[in-house]
Amino acid sequence: MAVPREAKRRVSGLWIALALVTAAYLTLVLGMLIATAAHSPPGSLLHALSSREIRFAIQLSLLTSTLSALLSLAVAVPIGYLLARGRFRGKPLLDAALDIPIVLPPMVVGLCLLILFQTPLGRLVERAVPFTYTVYGIVLAQFVIAAAFAIRTMRATFDHLSARPEDVALTLGASRARALWSVTLPAASRGMLAAAGVAWARSFGEFGPILVFAGATRLRTEVLPTTVWLELSVGNLEAAVAVSLVMVIAAMLVLTTIRAAGERA
Amino acid sequence: MIRLAGVRYRAGQFRLDEVSFSVPTGSYGVLMGRTGCGKTTLLEIICGLREAEAGSVVIGDREVASEPPGRRGVGYVPQDGALFPAMRVREQIAFALRLRRWPRADIEARVAELAEQLGIVHLLDRRPAGLSGGEGQRVALARALSARPAVLLLDEPLSALDDETREQTGELLKEVQRRQGVTALHVTHSLREAEQLADVLLRMEAGQVTVAR
Repeated sequence: MAVPREAKRRVSGLWIALALVTAAYLTLVLGMLIATAAHSPPGSLLHALSSREIRFAIQLSLLTSTLSALLSLAVAVPIGYLLARGRFRGKPLLDAALDIPIVLPPMVVGLCLLILFQTPLGRLVERAVPFTYTVYGIVLAQFVIAAAFAIRTMRATFDHLSARPEDVALTLGASRARALWSVTLPAASRGMLAAAGVAWARSFGEFGPILVFAGATRLRTEVLPTTVWLELSVGNLEAAVAVSLVMVIAAMLVLTTIRAAGERA
Repeated sequence: MIRLAGVRYRAGQFRLDEVSFSVPTGSYGVLMGRTGCGKTTLLEIICGLREAEAGSVVIGDREVASEPPGRRGVGYVPQDGALFPAMRVREQIAFALRLRRWPRADIEARVAELAEQLGIVHLLDRRPAGLSGGEGQRVALARALSARPAVLLLDEPLSALDDETREQTGELLKEVQRRQGVTALHVTHSLREAEQLADVLLRMEAGQVTVAR
């Protein structure tokens, strides 16, 4: 009896290779998480959560990351749009300059911020809003790096959205700003959520620049990555692991929510 | 009426030299030319999305060469329809009318009238994703006609459609153009389309436009 054609179709070797690479990488990522979860004794998570310092750090982390994600989005939308639609001299230079926060070592970003606010102009700003060693400083340190990633995402979003609908809106009587507001921005909503998600995750995990620029004062400028570092530095591995788990859970919750919102958009 | 006189434009290797032609009020003009000969550029100059170096562009009885696109009284249907990705069909058709602050009841009536004429009543609450090529073109046409422009500019409106839909949409275009009393300029590379639709047939070659009929 003839075998149906479909049954004869062989799975290409390429697909097997692709699946293997994916599986290997996923094993590494999940292995890390599972090992960490298994390493912490059942009570240690609750014990960590019962600490006032850690609860403060959780709240501060969530608050600052959310603020810096919103700020990042607020600059990423106009800059991403300018890069995607604008034609002007020096654009490649601008493009490269906007990558500086991505390519600089994070610790150096913190150091540069610290130095910036020691300049006369920086001191003047600090008289109005004190950044160095404050919560504002945490948000600023997160924002500098997170915004660069959000800008990349928004630029890619606008690059993928044709400019034609905006042109049509102009012929229908809209101003450029109105065309952007009514036609392009609603179409970019998924990209905006993605940019906010990237910015939030970057901010939530940021450590080096915050340590240098905002310090690591308990109950003042301590965010969760700082807690992990503080606990590790005093040899309290159990608390460090528990806080890490708290971070994993919080990050997964927030990013899943953002992704779900993106699916609906 | 659409009248161009001495329109010049240059971008890199591409150029338009002293383009002059006219399409009388209420007629259906078809501009034929090979792909890449600058037909789209010419339409964009007429709608004001590109600026000519010199020359006059008259729409109706107004010189519009220095007017912004929204004040020229044109309805523009680009090649791919370019529907607004996140807007329902109803909102797309109402867009120009909302900008002009028409009363709500008038907007609803105009949307209903166009939807009826173009056979898209059942699509009014849909978004562009998932519309077929022919449906998308009809929505783009309704959107372009909504504010009663003097002139309708169509960039290869039928080229992405299958044979049967093309024939039907072609007839629909002509019928709607007559009923709305709008002057049309339809750009195409297809001789068949030109013969089916043209009252005035123009040919574009080497940066020049000549009257073929």
